[in-house]
Amino acid sequence: MKYRYAVPGDDFSMAGKASAEVKRILGQLGIDPAIIKRTSVAMYEAEINMAIHAGGGVAEAEISPERIVITMADEGPGIPDIELAMTEGYSTAPEWIRELGFGAGMGLPNMKRNADEFKLESAVGKGTTVTMLIRLAPAPIAGGGGRT
Amino acid sequence: MEVLEAIVIEGAGNLDLDVGAACGADLMSDVMAFVKDRVVLLTGLVNPQAIRTADLLDIKVVVFVRGKSPSEEMIAMARENGMTLLRTKYSMFLACGRLYEAGLKSGGIRDID
Repeated sequence: MKYRYAVPGDDFSMAGKASAEVKRILGQLGIDPAIIKRTSVAMYEAEINMAIHAGGGVAEAEISPERIVITMADEGPGIPDIELAMTEGYSTAPEWIRELGFGAGMGLPNMKRNADEFKLESAVGKGTTVTMLIRLAPAPIAGGGGRT
Repeated sequence: MEVLEAIVIEGAGNLDLDVGAACGADLMSDVMAFVKDRVVLLTGLVNPQAIRTADLLDIKVVVFVRGKSPSEEMIAMARENGMTLLRTKYSMFLACGRLYEAGLKSGGIRDID
């Protein structure tokens, strides 16, 4: 199943609607609440980022029995230094966003923490795409790695 | 509820709350990055994002500190999601302190290394 949502860039109060909708769908599918929470948080962080930095974008959630893939694509200004942007506490959010309770520089690291796989592609002046994969079925053991 | 001398704004029907810890924060970014399960959120942030953040994190109880009142839109969102909203006249510090004194001693956040 694939769901697609437009994330508005001019109305911050709408940010999070797509994530809430995906959370509801996953709940109806009877997915483990811990996985739903990780998915919702990761997607919500990305949605907030889109609304703050990119003037909105498109959110997609693809749900299969094995996994959930969330793709968040925007045509915003892009991220010049991805490594810096991934640092906890680093933020370029404007003051008014901080007054709304966001922009603490935790978003990207929090997406990475909550997703099993996280990919950030960005080109300055063109936009940013965040792809997050959350596994539903146990993955084959590779190198004995796991979430901590 | 008594310890906060709180007023129930929404969710009077579900006051039998199963809450194991509390988290006091005005910064929703931090709520999202740190909060655990079965948490009551105390906040001074009054905008729809406070409710949405709580909803996405399965937080069922939000206490607005410093006497702040949520908007009708926020109350409607909370109702839709089966959440309980409370208001206390106490400051964040005093509200947290009172809950702690009353026995709610677990921090509602994950371990920070």
